[in-house]
Amino acid sequence: MIALLLRDLKLAVRAGGGFGLALAFFLIVVVLVPFAVGPNTSRLAPIAAGVLWIGALLACLLSLDRMLALDHEDGTLDLLATAPIPLEGVVLVKACAHWLTTGLPLTLVAAPLGVLLNLPQPGYGWLVLSLACGTPALSMIGAFGAALTVGLKRGGLLLSLLVLPLYVPTLIFGAEVARRGAEGLETQVPLLLSCAITLGVLAAMPFAAAAALRINLR
Amino acid sequence: MGSIWEYANPVKFSRTVSAVLPYVAAAALGCLAVGLVWGFFFTPDDYRQGATVKIIYLHVPAAMIAINAWLMMLAASLIWLIRRHHVSALAARAAAPVGLVMTLIALATGAIWGQPMWGTWWAWDPRLTSFLILTLFYLGYIALWEALEDPDTAADLTSVLCLVGSVFAILSRYAVNFWNQGLHQGASVMRVEAVTGADTEEKVSNVFFAPLMVCMAGFVFLFLALVLLRTRTEIHRRRLKAIEARERMA
Repeated sequence: MIALLLRDLKLAVRAGGGFGLALAFFLIVVVLVPFAVGPNTSRLAPIAAGVLWIGALLACLLSLDRMLALDHEDGTLDLLATAPIPLEGVVLVKACAHWLTTGLPLTLVAAPLGVLLNLPQPGYGWLVLSLACGTPALSMIGAFGAALTVGLKRGGLLLSLLVLPLYVPTLIFGAEVARRGAEGLETQVPLLLSCAITLGVLAAMPFAAAAALRINLR
Repeated sequence: MGSIWEYANPVKFSRTVSAVLPYVAAAALGCLAVGLVWGFFFTPDDYRQGATVKIIYLHVPAAMIAINAWLMMLAASLIWLIRRHHVSALAARAAAPVGLVMTLIALATGAIWGQPMWGTWWAWDPRLTSFLILTLFYLGYIALWEALEDPDTAADLTSVLCLVGSVFAILSRYAVNFWNQGLHQGASVMRVEAVTGADTEEKVSNVFFAPLMVCMAGFVFLFLALVLLRTRTEIHRRRLKAIEARERMA
């Protein structure tokens, strides 16, 4: 499993595209927002946390269809399905690798981008914490969506239609933590709920994703 | 009468549907005609809401069917995954667009009702929002059915999506509740007090209740008729494809 994780990480970093692309997309979204709503800092401050969450979510979505489709095309997935580790483990590792190459960097750059949007002072810690707790769930749910659409030629658009409604609970609790943190309110309840969703998704979703993958490899 | 699984045989199912469908359709038409005419023309205006209260006869049954259609799809998906009856998978496929239209009816009538009552067409109220999310789930489910070529793979994958989607629909329901408090009143029809008649504030008055029940029955029959009809069409389509494939081979 560790070998698979390292392989995926190397591929993501070296084989072009995926790795930097999500970060660049995140940056562009954040830069475009002030053009749309105006440069007024008092208007940007209250929406900063939400915009950063939406940007991170969309950036995460961007690289999902590469997660399994490339391996499906060159036959790696068939080999992995017959490998001694269960397919559930493969999916979990794939989601982990996706998180390490998208979710984690997005979390780290969110704080500097918060400056651009005039995020209120107490919000930075909470923003980073909420993204750190929420983005693993995004990767795992995305792995399920990727497993559903892996056999399709042009699954990208369908993938977003399938995955975005599933992102709703994560987004609500994560953005709520960041918003409440920025306004200096108590954040414990949404933070715990957000962690609960992430842990639940990590525990249950590999089975659903592996089931979908088995159907597609049949 | 044998077991219910006999109807998993497509031929038997089609034959039974052909026999039953006219009666179900007639029942739907009758109940809706009686319920809507009774509701629209022979009930008094509400003392506070005026005539707008009458939209309840479309709004509440459509919302009820929209939710129960998803439950029916969930049950049909489980039957497909466990017992591999093709009719079950096709029934789930047939119910999805009906459910989608019902959510749209509920949202549209809700907007028309909300405008005079709350002063707004739309509010990010928990009930309204969860219905919108349900609409998105229906869209994703239908899109996945349309995108996949192989019928068995499509049935399997949509069933898995339906199971996962159900869990997330419930999660979203409570997440949305947490996120915002709403304008919409609580459940006032399917509550024990509302039916047994304890004199609560939010109860639906008896004058409106009887025609509402008739309308609900009409919507149930309508849903049943549409799903049976569409399932039979799907079976015919599947059979036609098989015949075409056989002729190409010959």
